[in-house]
Amino acid sequence: MTDRPLALDIGLAFLVLGVAVWTIAARDTFAAVVGFVAFGLLLTLVWARLAAPDVAPTEAAIGSGVTGGLLLGASTRLHGTQTPAPGEKPGAILRLAAAALCTVVSAGLAAIVLLLPEPAPTLAPQAATNISATGLGNPVTAVLMAYRAIDTLLETVVLLLALVGVWSLAPDRVWGGFPGPRHHADPDGLLPFMAQLLVPVGLLVGIYIFWVGSVAPGGEFQGATILAAMWVLAMMAGLVDAPAVSRRWLRLLLVAGPAVFFAIGLAGFAMAGAFLAYPEAYAKLLIVTIEVPVTLSIATMLALLVAGPPERALR
Amino acid sequence: MGEATLYGLCGAALVGLGLFGLIVHPQPLRKILAFNLIGGGVFLLFGAIARRGAAAGFGGDPVPQALVITGIVVAFSATALAVALLLRLFQETGQATLHLDG
Amino acid sequence: MSFALDALTILAVSTGAFFFLAGTVGLLRFPDALSRLHALTKADNLGLGLVVLGLLFQPEELFAGLKLVTVWLLTLLAGATVTQLIARTARPGGAQE
Repeated sequence: MTDRPLALDIGLAFLVLGVAVWTIAARDTFAAVVGFVAFGLLLTLVWARLAAPDVAPTEAAIGSGVTGGLLLGASTRLHGTQTPAPGEKPGAILRLAAAALCTVVSAGLAAIVLLLPEPAPTLAPQAATNISATGLGNPVTAVLMAYRAIDTLLETVVLLLALVGVWSLAPDRVWGGFPGPRHHADPDGLLPFMAQLLVPVGLLVGIYIFWVGSVAPGGEFQGATILAAMWVLAMMAGLVDAPAVSRRWLRLLLVAGPAVFFAIGLAGFAMAGAFLAYPEAYAKLLIVTIEVPVTLSIATMLALLVAGPPERALR
Repeated sequence: MGEATLYGLCGAALVGLGLFGLIVHPQPLRKILAFNLIGGGVFLLFGAIARRGAAAGFGGDPVPQALVITGIVVAFSATALAVALLLRLFQETGQATLHLDG
Repeated sequence: MSFALDALTILAVSTGAFFFLAGTVGLLRFPDALSRLHALTKADNLGLGLVVLGLLFQPEELFAGLKLVTVWLLTLLAGATVTQLIARTARPGGAQE
């Protein structure tokens, strides 16, 4: 990756900045959201150029895909409220002051980038020497599930807390009900048919990406996002209804991932002397035992975060 | 490592752009968009640092890359909560604005 | 031999890029959402197919070539499904449940 010509990179960087400027400067909010989705996909290309083949699919799936879907839904619902009242628009002085502040912030960060130490400090050699003890072949998965497993555990809990926060915003009369409107499958329509084709294939792709993440680029977050997308597609095509948020099985599914993760972490005290420590002989087995429920839980959390707070009451 | 510095500078510019959008736009949904732009810029800074740490046969330092993956997921959960709050505000007051007077 | 393969790759990928360009022009110039969807799906599926075809000429193991074709087929399927979703809300009668 050294000494590659920079023309492609310069073009890509300008394109990214151009789309970002469009997202900030667009009058219509819907156009800005579409610009943001395009921005996320261009960032995916940037990640590929930065030799980060695990981050690129995560950015495409979560940063651009799920976030974009959420924001598109919101901007459609808020259509017609997005023109600011005359008293709200910032005056020229505020704009100039904000521009000056932002230029200073950007210049400071740019100076930091240009003054980064040479040779670059890196943890790659330590990651490489210890990876055989984890039984994994993908260094990023090793970092996520072994070296910094506590971060991943807390990340799943953060997702769960965000979901609880979203659910708590339901009005009292629909408390514990069904998220989102009911989509009916048109029996003569093409959409249910195409969804019935795509959902099984998508599930297979999602499981594959999760499974291959232990030795190749991929992993649980990317795979879980694809599984979540297939669930959301099935809901939108009317194939299944969104589950009521008070269902016991749904809540068990959500909690299973973080609970198993935490339990194996506690067991690490007995097995290897520290929280989330794995004994070397069983490391791969324990990691896979954690990953399967975590993937299912995260897929459920992502799908439900997109579906939103309950809107239809339980019968 | 020319492309790492280039994309690091791009990330710095994105943080500034996003901060400008956050301050200047009165609509909360535009602020959420700008906030995500800031996040993208910060992640690019991490990516530049990771790229510079290429060693031991890896194309980049895996630790910052794993941190970015965690960051992307957490940023999404924050965005989801923010959007849900905004939609509830709209449901209650009929407007999507933070300047409620009477 | 490899020169001929490279020439075929460049030809196929360039034609694919032209179709992407045509699709983008359609996106920008067509009057409403439904015709834009039409332009996008026709051009992008054919464009991606030509790009994949061009890449198949590069010497790679069989499995990698099969993966490329699978990616193209999945894109076709996913694109068609998403187009249905968008068109459902964009059609003149609105979304009729």
